[in-house]
Amino acid sequence: MEMVNLKINGQEISVPAGTTVLEAARSAGIEIPTLCYLKDVSQTGSCRMCLVEIKGGRALQAACVYPVSEGLEVLTNTPKVREARKVTLELLLSNHDRKCLTCVRNRNCELQTLADELGVTDIAFEGVRNEYAIDELSPSIVRDNNKCILCRRCVNMCKNIQTVGAIDTMERGFKTQVTCAFEKSLGEVSCVNCGQCIAVCPVGALREKDVTDDVWAAIANPDMHVVVQTAPAVRAALGEEFGLPIGTAVTGKMAAALRRLGFDKVFDTDFAADLTIMEEGTELLERIQNGGKLPMITSCSPGWIKFCEHNFPDMLDNLSSCKSPHEMYGAIIKSYYAEKMGIDPKSIYVVSIMPCTAKKFEAQRDELSVNGLQDVDTVLTTRELARMIKEAGIRFTQLPDENFDDPFGDQATGAGVIFGATGGVMEAAIRTVADILDNTSHSEIEYEAVRGLEGIKIASVTAGGKTIRAAVAHGLGNARELINKVRNGEIELDFIEIMACPGGCVNGGGQPIVPAKVRMDMDIRTERAKAIYNEDKALPLRKSHDNPYIKKLYEEYLGKPCGHKSHELLHTHYIARDKH
Amino acid sequence: MSKESVIPFKGTAEQEKQLMAVIEEHKGEDGALIPVLHKAQGIYGYLPIEVQKMIAEGLGVSLAEVYGVVTFYTQFSLNPTGEYKVAVCLGTACYVKGSGDIIDKIKEILKIDVGGCTPDGKFSLEATRCIGACGLAPVLTVNDDVYGRLVVDDVEGILKKYMD
Repeated sequence: MEMVNLKINGQEISVPAGTTVLEAARSAGIEIPTLCYLKDVSQTGSCRMCLVEIKGGRALQAACVYPVSEGLEVLTNTPKVREARKVTLELLLSNHDRKCLTCVRNRNCELQTLADELGVTDIAFEGVRNEYAIDELSPSIVRDNNKCILCRRCVNMCKNIQTVGAIDTMERGFKTQVTCAFEKSLGEVSCVNCGQCIAVCPVGALREKDVTDDVWAAIANPDMHVVVQTAPAVRAALGEEFGLPIGTAVTGKMAAALRRLGFDKVFDTDFAADLTIMEEGTELLERIQNGGKLPMITSCSPGWIKFCEHNFPDMLDNLSSCKSPHEMYGAIIKSYYAEKMGIDPKSIYVVSIMPCTAKKFEAQRDELSVNGLQDVDTVLTTRELARMIKEAGIRFTQLPDENFDDPFGDQATGAGVIFGATGGVMEAAIRTVADILDNTSHSEIEYEAVRGLEGIKIASVTAGGKTIRAAVAHGLGNARELINKVRNGEIELDFIEIMACPGGCVNGGGQPIVPAKVRMDMDIRTERAKAIYNEDKALPLRKSHDNPYIKKLYEEYLGKPCGHKSHELLHTHYIARDKH
Repeated sequence: MSKESVIPFKGTAEQEKQLMAVIEEHKGEDGALIPVLHKAQGIYGYLPIEVQKMIAEGLGVSLAEVYGVVTFYTQFSLNPTGEYKVAVCLGTACYVKGSGDIIDKIKEILKIDVGGCTPDGKFSLEATRCIGACGLAPVLTVNDDVYGRLVVDDVEGILKKYMD
């Protein structure tokens, strides 16, 4: 690797060619403030917070986009630099709705942190401020442009990484704002509700539609039987909200906290993930054996589903007809469980805790209901759950580890847990399909080829004399690339897993928000995925079809996978939508 | 909150054919969007959502990006020009003589914003730079008719002339 020698604040350092001044300075222990910069997402140099002096240079330069060169001399801490940064920050603050105390991002806001670190004690410029209506038509995402600082991190994520392009920068000068085309609401356009815009927003301009009040009301209602379920990825990140290191699994404490919040039953969506594997695995085998539509594509990710409906309406028959796991669980809770417990399904209220904002939209889809009852009543993100735990005065880190409730077993299988990371659904499906086809129980069950952060992963598995050609894509830009290859006939596949969010659900739009500075030092997707794969390893059962409670559910109620009852409760259909 | 034009789109098959030819000509070029928008406005006279969607589709960019560029440049219009194009001079001389109040009054009467067109397609409203008639400030024009030395109370009478 070619190395380049430069001086930063008089300190001689050597870094690989192509490094930016920002990265070089950080490697030398020097922090440079940033706002619009986000590693791997946004490198536009537009906010001017990271200005530095380049010796011999005419003007101050943006360190986040300035490449190092041999002999470069950089100064990051001169009166000129400090003054420029502070004035820039004060100008940003002058047109910012500074209601920090009541802001969803209070104490986790990069603008607030900078104001603190740069010693802004007074806003020097009190001029006219833009006033915008808050867009809250979408069931998933709320946009408040009064707080937007026009860093464009959300635009880069939406347009370049996800290739959704629902938002962009409109108008110019003081009237500039980030909106949808024709200033429509996020609820009216081809936004897929993935919430990655929220995850990258440095301030409180984007947030989920908070419905914690609905859940508090249900819990307080003595006539309601309130059941909660939690997705696999939630346990891998919830601890971050309580100061635990990124990548700490908090499964037992989470179950304990949910019980203390007052939920009548605490279930694990991992059980429904196991159920999904039974249905989806069977559906795949049926399609392969009966000449059905291939490749079959997973349907767990509601962001991906809406993306497919908008962009690939000709591929809807390729989507597995399986409902996503938490929707399956909702349907089972309001049928099998209700019957078993002797509870009127109308008085059951199902809450799903999800790492996902798209699940909020999904839960409202008409087709995800049985007998006029929505399968899931309310979806909360990991962040909303953390807010409830804090509000209830539960000392999360002091909680004992507790288990999930019967009658679905106190723990699901490792296959269910790994649903939370990219490649996990594929791996879980292969574990089951390979056993069925070979009529045996394989002991080699860790499929490394489908793990990790490669954008598109290709693998093939041979079982029962059949080769299943599989691919995994995460992030919608990668999904678009893969599906286009399939449509153009460049690649032939039998089974595809797609998750809308980069890294899968562990990095979902409903997960705790990690500041840009931390994301420069570690890949949160890898850390959270580790928590999930470790949990898989530690579980006694690691294949969905080995889950005794799944077997019991089929014996007592459903009959067989993809049977009549399953189709009534666990499968769905999709709708072609307008591209824009 | 949508900024979609209230005027029904009346594009013809011939116009669409011309637009498709323009898109074909520029497809794949770097920076194709601006010349395509420019020519599209030449074909249709303005850039309604229907035209922007065809361009987004044709060039493989998002509708939000197309709209972002259209709203960035003042040369692009989201609304058609009315049968009567009302243009109020906001040049320095007219402005200090109160053309801001004149334009506000027109907005109030026609119920449209600057850049807008009435739903019946009759009036559109523009704010112009200096038209070189500073001696008559404040000035407005309706198509080729010029009205000068205006006060707010003149506005209603002027517009009335064109209303029937």
